[in-house]
Amino acid sequence: MKRERPQSFNTVPMKERMIIPRQDMPEQDAGLRSTNFLEVNLGLRPEQAVVEAQRCIECKSPTCMDGCPVNIKIPDFIQLICKEDFIGAAKKIKEDNSLPAICGRVCPQETQCEEVCVMGKRFEPVAIGRLERFVADYAMQHGNGSVESFEKPKSTGQKIAIVGSGPAGLAVASDLIKEGHEVTVFEALHEFGGVLVYGIPEFRLPKSILREEVATLEAMGVKFVKNFIVGRTMTIQELMADEGFDAVFLGLGAGLPRFMNIPGENLNGVYSANEFLTRSNLMRGYEFPEWDTPLYRAKHAIIVGGGNTAMDAVRTAKRLGADEASIVYRRSEEEMPARNEEIHHAKEEGVKFMNLVNPIEFISDDQGSVVAAKCLRMELGEPDESGRRRPVPMEGSEFVMDVDMVVIAVGNGSNPLISQTTPEIETNKWGNIVADEDGRTSMDGVFAGGDIVSGGATVILAMGAGRKSAIAINEYLKAKVGSST
Amino acid sequence: MYKIIKAEFIAPNVKSFILEAPHIAKKRQAGQFIILRVHDKGERIPITIADSNAEEGWINIIVQGLGKTSAHLNTLETGDSLQDLVGPLGLPTHIENWGTLVCMSGGVGTAEALPIAAAGKAAGNRVISIIGARNKDLIIAEDKMAEVVDEVRISTDDGSAGRHGLVTDVLQDLIDEGIKPDMIVAIGPLPMMAAVSNQTKEIGIPTMVSLNAIMVDGTGMCGACRATVGGKTVFVCVDGPEFDGHQVDFKELGSRQKMYKKQEEESHKCFLERQMKKMKAEQMKEEVSA
Repeated sequence: MKRERPQSFNTVPMKERMIIPRQDMPEQDAGLRSTNFLEVNLGLRPEQAVVEAQRCIECKSPTCMDGCPVNIKIPDFIQLICKEDFIGAAKKIKEDNSLPAICGRVCPQETQCEEVCVMGKRFEPVAIGRLERFVADYAMQHGNGSVESFEKPKSTGQKIAIVGSGPAGLAVASDLIKEGHEVTVFEALHEFGGVLVYGIPEFRLPKSILREEVATLEAMGVKFVKNFIVGRTMTIQELMADEGFDAVFLGLGAGLPRFMNIPGENLNGVYSANEFLTRSNLMRGYEFPEWDTPLYRAKHAIIVGGGNTAMDAVRTAKRLGADEASIVYRRSEEEMPARNEEIHHAKEEGVKFMNLVNPIEFISDDQGSVVAAKCLRMELGEPDESGRRRPVPMEGSEFVMDVDMVVIAVGNGSNPLISQTTPEIETNKWGNIVADEDGRTSMDGVFAGGDIVSGGATVILAMGAGRKSAIAINEYLKAKVGSST
Repeated sequence: MYKIIKAEFIAPNVKSFILEAPHIAKKRQAGQFIILRVHDKGERIPITIADSNAEEGWINIIVQGLGKTSAHLNTLETGDSLQDLVGPLGLPTHIENWGTLVCMSGGVGTAEALPIAAAGKAAGNRVISIIGARNKDLIIAEDKMAEVVDEVRISTDDGSAGRHGLVTDVLQDLIDEGIKPDMIVAIGPLPMMAAVSNQTKEIGIPTMVSLNAIMVDGTGMCGACRATVGGKTVFVCVDGPEFDGHQVDFKELGSRQKMYKKQEEESHKCFLERQMKKMKAEQMKEEVSA
């Protein structure tokens, strides 16, 4: 698709742009931050943001937009930053992404927009993620751009139920409220945000940012209902037949923790990552007993896994006061699915990495609490179906180490609640909902997107799926009106 | 906020709450539970629904003040509100006409056994209820139970009512009298359910127990409530709460229930201290105004 190039406001000569260093984001000192739950990254300063934006060489055919799952108009918002129109830049992003303050923090830009940035071929890529975060925060602090510019469209009178208030659901809500539909978001928990509230720690995504984004949607007219479990409190059929919802979007997430099925996994002190992080993030266990929900404060914690969730868990254990908090991962660091930034931050905070190690049993004291982990050392063999080299146990490498807490962070399956209560909706052998590219499921008027369709992925991919579904839902609703008149 | 229509003590430290919950009341079946939070910094705790009324839009829960959250909950009165309330959760009880059904319950478990006994009776069973308690003051719901079942038998640990002994002794009495139960449902404290399951395993009577595990979300997302049943890990919140008592690893579940014993004691102590301060402050205010 050919698109017009945005007007240039970059006053720096082309040759000089390439020698400007990529701007580092200020962050909390590692020694200090490993003892608190305040945000690690502090965000670019305005003058830094302008300098960073000036590094953009304004390619004739920019590739950055293709790297973004929701195709944010990156060249356009970067020029607005050069012009120092930060609110304008935020509005430009919000045309395609309703949650920039969140995505600016948690997107893996290094494998998306920044990976394909032309500057990155010879120099370092433009720090698109940091710029997104900067303008989103700036807009939040200086009057929210999107509400001011939002003119409520004429009501269509059509009702959409969104199940789950995670990234997919919020993206759908944002797009459909702009079309004049009546949008209601149903959430099972007592706070909105799904994985953004129970999964991602305060030190990576402050809850206040999330609440602002939800409040913005509320101000735009989206209704939010908490403590409501679709499938139990009311079924999808009831929502459509009795409550008059014309369409339903399922953004349920991949909410079913996987365990390793090894002996000792049900001992006290062994957590799923979901439980450990939910107790800390949603329930504020780190503020016990001021908050009621208890949480183990371990001396030596191990976290099994190598993804972003494992990094969140290990850094949380460290902040809870662990003398030693270690990642135990069966492959090598090269194969780790976690973002580089998270691995880097964890190391800075004193997290130990035990790579090529796999636990095979957890050992208990006489009270049923975990006191040790029996492990094997691994080596990498032939590539497996994921293309990564398969870890194989080394003979005679068994060893035992003392641990008083274990967090299992080896991924999530899909929550069975909807498939149990709505057999009309087709699921595959992994329990994921079967949906086409635009999110249509096997049940008329019901759409789905995010982790419940794809399996565990990222916030921005869930939002991308949500946006595609929003277009399809809008078309479905238009056709429905057409056929009934 | 979720309104408390009525709150009253029905035994020492045991309070009955009627909660406004039209959606839950409409959907709820025997054996299901809710999760609630008392206040905005509160923990999420699961409680079995004892009764409900779909037309009037309420549910009934019975709470024994054991730890911080239940003690705090039991300070709430008619007209107060809960911070959060969600449900109904868990799978409903599987009910069929087995023939003779014996519902064995201990403590507040009797309130939870009541809807199952009633559903069992409605399905055509002969239903015998065995209610156990430490002493006669702690027996609850005996009258209500008597209304729905064929026979109620009581046991107390101290002999202050009914048979001096445990519910398992009463079951043995039944069997000695020539009554052959076809199905047992046991609901109460974990040691009681374990003892019943042991007893009925030996004599070969199928037994269903309703497990109470520590939970957080209650929808299968966190896995806090896992238990071992028949050698396999289950999530009590979505796979239960009812399981074959002969297959449950009670020892593991018992130690998992005590996982936060130390923290719970600390939290309870903080709560009691705060309550004391509040009472003292109120006392002082009264003295000043007098």
